[in-house]
Amino acid sequence: MELEVSIARKALRTASGKTRVVLHDVAFSLRQGEICALLGPSGCGKTTLLQIISGLDSDFEGQIVLPSPHRIGMVFQEPRLMPWRSVAQNLRLVGSSSENELAEIVAALRLSKHLDHFPGELSLGLARRVAIARAFAVKPDLLLLDEPFVSLDAALAARLREELLALVLKRKATTLIVTHNVEEAISIAGRIIVLSAAPGRILADMTIETPREALTQARAAKIKTDIVSVMTK
Amino acid sequence: MWQLGSRFAATGSLPAPLAVMSVIGAEAQSGVLFVNLAITLARVAASFALAMVLGTALGVLMGRNKTVDRLCDPLLIVLLNLPALVVIVLAYIWVGLNEAAAIGAVVLNKLPNTAVTLREGTRALDKNLDEMARVFNLPLGAKVRHVFLPQLAPYFAAAMRSGLSLVWKIVLVVELLGRSNGVGFEIGIAFQLFDVTRLLAYALPFVGLMLAIETLIVQPFERNVSRWRPPHGA
Ligand SMILES: Nc1ncnc2c1ncn2[C@@H]1O[C@H](COP(=O)(O)OP(=O)(O)OP(=O)(O)O)[C@@H](O)[C@H]1O
Ligand SMILES: [Mg+2]
Repeated sequence: MELEVSIARKALRTASGKTRVVLHDVAFSLRQGEICALLGPSGCGKTTLLQIISGLDSDFEGQIVLPSPHRIGMVFQEPRLMPWRSVAQNLRLVGSSSENELAEIVAALRLSKHLDHFPGELSLGLARRVAIARAFAVKPDLLLLDEPFVSLDAALAARLREELLALVLKRKATTLIVTHNVEEAISIAGRIIVLSAAPGRILADMTIETPREALTQARAAKIKTDIVSVMTK
Repeated sequence: MWQLGSRFAATGSLPAPLAVMSVIGAEAQSGVLFVNLAITLARVAASFALAMVLGTALGVLMGRNKTVDRLCDPLLIVLLNLPALVVIVLAYIWVGLNEAAAIGAVVLNKLPNTAVTLREGTRALDKNLDEMARVFNLPLGAKVRHVFLPQLAPYFAAAMRSGLSLVWKIVLVVELLGRSNGVGFEIGIAFQLFDVTRLLAYALPFVGLMLAIETLIVQPFERNVSRWRPPHGA
């Protein structure tokens, strides 16, 4: 599914009554199945941007174009599970996947041992994995992920990145993933958008031409240097 | 102890338990006791159910809609502070000495408390989960069952708990003032005759019945509602 974002301005009213611009001239579009990473300093408006794209926030100047009907799978910055329902129920109630598809997602995210647990019994990392599983359980055309791998140990994060990638490629979901981790962005995305500090503007919008499999360490290191220099300028 | 106390108290003001038991026995045998208990219980059930349903609807509406809240809030405050007796007498005068007025008066006494409690619950609904349900397009029914009700249930249980005791106390007053049957009416007769034995013969079985309902229905419901909480708290 194609996604077209054009936000001229997004402002918030602070508690003290002042207006604060959060996003400024943020425009880009994603092709069907494109995986795009969104990088930017804390507080620059990444979560706000996802809220706008998902349709939760319509108080902005500009427009979001999405073909309809569409299904959005979202991983919020917090897990947002229903605490009174087991892991299995959290996945079933929200998703529209068959039992087989669900079993596959559960296996990919290593959740089979935890299906009967309640969210309150899970560690934050585990709860995040359930939230990722839930986003896939809806069979999304568009995946919005807000720092899905934060608070996971490096080894697990790396493994889950691979699983996530496999699931995304299988579903051909257009994906926008927010992260603070430049290496993570390079390893997962074919496109990287860098936002400036608040109010967020697009500093760089780069496409990594090399296919992921052919990406050498030297090439990845070069891309990383480029991104870091943009971010620190 | 009661038996002992009754020996020292002025004649008639504290009857011996045996005397009360024998009146209970007699009234039970003739069936009058059960008929009156059943009538009162039916009034309690009807007005309790109505007050819970209407109060919940109003409370949820007020919690979600600012305009409704602003319109109804003054009314709630008046109702909350109006003495039960005033509501009952006005209902009988305006609507007439009938069943509708009786039930209506009890409902009006309980409804504001339910509405306020449920409004609180609605305001405390988790915004994050609401957003989650919206993004994932949860159908309304599922949203109500799996997102809203589990959050509102503890408030509902609290309203129920304080509601039952309030409702049965008021039902007795309503019966005393304007009905010709029920436990409250019988207690009124006993009062006119200054017959404490008879008064207790009606009051005790009724209180027993209400306590049974409280422990067998209301409390298990309350426990059930909070069962989802993981053992070590979330
Ligand atoms: N409800 C709100 N009221 C006022 N300001 C807000 C509100 N929500 C967010 N902000 C402000 O808007 C800006 C953008 O917030 P946002 O959560 O989108 O940042 P972010 O890029 O996701 O940050 P992080 O990386 O820390 O998650 C921040 O400066 C924040 O202080
Ligand atoms: Mg954020």
